[in-house]
Amino acid sequence: MSKAQISAKLFITLILFWMLLNGTFALDSFIVGVGASLIIVYFFRDSLSFLSEFRFTPQALMATLSYVAFFLKELVKSNLRLARIVLEPDLPINPGIVKVRTKLKSRMGRLLLANSITLTPGTLTIELEDEWLYIHWVTLESADIEGATQAIVEGFERHLEVMYG
Amino acid sequence: MQAMLDILGGLVLVSGTVFLLLGALGLNRMPDIFNRIQAGTKTTTLGTMLTLAGIGLMQPDWSMKLLLIGLFMLFTNPLSSQVLARAAHRGGARKTPETEVDRYAEDHGDPS
Repeated sequence: MSKAQISAKLFITLILFWMLLNGTFALDSFIVGVGASLIIVYFFRDSLSFLSEFRFTPQALMATLSYVAFFLKELVKSNLRLARIVLEPDLPINPGIVKVRTKLKSRMGRLLLANSITLTPGTLTIELEDEWLYIHWVTLESADIEGATQAIVEGFERHLEVMYG
Repeated sequence: MQAMLDILGGLVLVSGTVFLLLGALGLNRMPDIFNRIQAGTKTTTLGTMLTLAGIGLMQPDWSMKLLLIGLFMLFTNPLSSQVLARAAHRGGARKTPETEVDRYAEDHGDPS
């Protein structure tokens, strides 16, 4: 993807946020938003935004919806599990830091994967290094790479693979 | 209609604060910084989102802004936790003796 395309996508993301945040289509606020967005794009054109590396295909949009649904389900599950651990008198934890591997190639896909893992049952991403992720696990189930990858990564990877590759 | 939304919003808001309370309890009870961060991140994310949703039901005009605040939380909360956890590990923070395995220390050395 070219530099101009990346900048354009970042600009669109920013202006969309600005419009939603203002909740108005008045011309003066729109002009201010364009000015502010242009300045931000100038300084941060090399960084990531939601749309950079996103594949605009019907499959990717469907995958986004199922990803969001899956994510919210996992978030609620992780909170309930944590609530149970915290409320139990003997605090049943067996923590460990495991290493897992992702198939995702794009930077944004990996970032979303790392973020999702942090918000799902008992896992916290400590470091993201190329294709390797180091994950702190409150209730360790498998210490080897394959087992941990299967338990932690694969649910999200299925969706993110279609969205970002 | 709005009265019903108010009641529903109130219930959602209270459920959000329950999760925040459990998170605080987790922060207190967990044995080391990594487990504490786990307790903090998950509960503050869901707790804050439920709180925002409750406010959205009570004040439907604000829902778009609340949604954006929720999105912002969703993206910044796990990132800051990850950076904190990594900094703690590099700084040699004490791990609870219950910790069974540490692949990060195996690959990067353990300063603690």
